[in-house]
Amino acid sequence: MADVSMAAMSGPRGAKPKKALSGRNIMLYGTLIVVCLYYILPLWVMVMTSLKGMPEVRMGNIFAPPVEITFQPWVKAWSEACTGLNCDGLSRGFWNSVIITVPSVIVSIIIASVNGYALINWKFKGSDIFFTILIFGSFIPYQVMLYPIVILLRELGIYGTLWGLVMVHTIFGMPILTLLFRNYFSSIPEELFKAARVDGAGFWGIYFRIMLPMSLPIFVVAMILQVTGIWNDFLFGVVYTKPELYPMTVQLNNIVNSVQGVKEYNVNMAATMLTGLVPLIVYFVSGKLFVRGIAAGAVKG
Amino acid sequence: MGNSIEVKDLTLNFGSVSVLKNMNLDVAEGEFVVLLGPSGCGKSTLLNCLAGLLDITDGQIWIKGKNVTWSEPSERGIGMVFQSYALYPQMTVRGNLSFGLKNAKVPQAEIDKRIARAAEILQIQPLLDRKPAALSGGQRQRVAIGRALVRDVDVFLFDEPLSNLDAKLRSELRVEIKRLHNQLGNTMVYVTHDQIEALTLADRIAVMKGGVIQQLAAPLEIYNRPANLFVAGFLGSPSMNFLKGKTVDGGRAFQFGSTRIDLAGYEGGAVLVRDNAILGVRPEHITVSTTPIAGPSMPAEVEIDEHLGADSLLWLKAEGTNMSVRVPVEGRLPAGTKVHLGLDIPKASLFDSKTEQRI
Repeated sequence: MADVSMAAMSGPRGAKPKKALSGRNIMLYGTLIVVCLYYILPLWVMVMTSLKGMPEVRMGNIFAPPVEITFQPWVKAWSEACTGLNCDGLSRGFWNSVIITVPSVIVSIIIASVNGYALINWKFKGSDIFFTILIFGSFIPYQVMLYPIVILLRELGIYGTLWGLVMVHTIFGMPILTLLFRNYFSSIPEELFKAARVDGAGFWGIYFRIMLPMSLPIFVVAMILQVTGIWNDFLFGVVYTKPELYPMTVQLNNIVNSVQGVKEYNVNMAATMLTGLVPLIVYFVSGKLFVRGIAAGAVKG
Repeated sequence: MGNSIEVKDLTLNFGSVSVLKNMNLDVAEGEFVVLLGPSGCGKSTLLNCLAGLLDITDGQIWIKGKNVTWSEPSERGIGMVFQSYALYPQMTVRGNLSFGLKNAKVPQAEIDKRIARAAEILQIQPLLDRKPAALSGGQRQRVAIGRALVRDVDVFLFDEPLSNLDAKLRSELRVEIKRLHNQLGNTMVYVTHDQIEALTLADRIAVMKGGVIQQLAAPLEIYNRPANLFVAGFLGSPSMNFLKGKTVDGGRAFQFGSTRIDLAGYEGGAVLVRDNAILGVRPEHITVSTTPIAGPSMPAEVEIDEHLGADSLLWLKAEGTNMSVRVPVEGRLPAGTKVHLGLDIPKASLFDSKTEQRI
């Protein structure tokens, strides 16, 4: 008896193994691999081209890895490429973009979060109409407002300065950010707010001590939206600043689209990747929080 | 003993909707008043008005002899406990308890003293350094009560504090709240839709409907002498039996279908003749017998017989009206059995069916 049961125990156990090469898996992974290739090929071409010298680029073979790796195109894109009279490469545009992005992001998030908080928790007469108008603003095409804003900035005396552009970005970020914060704050139970009022906390006390600590995810989302949006902006940058103050995107365009001389594909590729690096890093660092925050903000409308 | 809370002609409108209508309510010092009513009757709204969380349209609110109608919630000398506990999730229990005191700039030594005392009363000393997420529902509600306790206020406001708890915890905490009231002697206003909580906790119950207090009286008074049909039907489970008929014979008898019920002993004494009257009798004030009964009685037919353990519920039909009767468990009465119902008229209530008021 004991032998029989031992023999029965020593056989294979557990659930029936699944075949790795089932039709379903082939379809699934096949599709995934094709999609991956589709997205990775352009990046591959860019990286490879940016690491080649011009003679190698001219040979064609855009998919082939470089025979002789050179970082010269990257150096040139960053610090030597000419746009107009300036020949200090993208570095100037990079720092312009930083100076534009950082204050725009901070100021717009501060104002929008207080807006959203006030609109949900401190309803005043006409607050709903105010909110509707604000949201309506996000549907007006930017092009319509380009010239009026030029006049506005001129009258304020900040046309052509970085601060003018910062102001424009802050204002244009307001509708969507306010909506984002309002919806997130509306998912925080109202009784928490009431309890804090009974506990004697005021407008700012509740904002800083109760709301802020509970809202990290939505602040990360807002930060990502604003950093990528402002960093990638081209239209406002080209309209409201002057050549020495052009943000990185405008400068990239000027390098890539310059009509004089030889088209230096390797430099163009390096410049493009340098420009895209900032949003890319932001996504990689905070991707997880981003998804969580988007989901959280979408709960209530 | 003065009044702790005085509500004078309080009116609250949301746009064109009138939520509270010309309400007057006095709560004596140390009294436990329960606001009871179905959802949407304005009971939580009234509590929020008392707390200062809603701006009222008209009227005045006085707390401790001070007109606080337009004061901030924190200046009213109230502590509030919410249904969802409303603990600040990012703070420890200690942080939750001290938040209000820090806002009021109470010295740290005093804060520590008060937290120690509240923690002792509520037996939450071991939980002080935990976050709310690490507490059970009952512990969270204890902390929420503690948050009101440390503020050292005269008036406690409870907004359905036990509704989120399971049945066992609910009865435990109910007793605890009662004990707390006996121990501290604070004025307490307690909102609930649960009549058991209302009947057990209250010194006085205010039954509300449609933004109006229907009756404000001691629990037994409300149960035994409901002021109108709504109050009579809202309290008690199963609810009071209502027999539609008219008073006859100079008000000395009640005509219910073909049955004539003698009203001798009705506490209202002689009643005028009314063509539209309703006789209300609670299920436990009716006796059942298979043989004719002396005194006020009526014939009926058993429909369902439910055993509840301690007693039985009989569902019957009399003169086309459904009735329920609570009887001691003694053998089953099969459906269709013809029985006689004896009515305890001194404990019954008579209503005018037009005005719905007690006669």
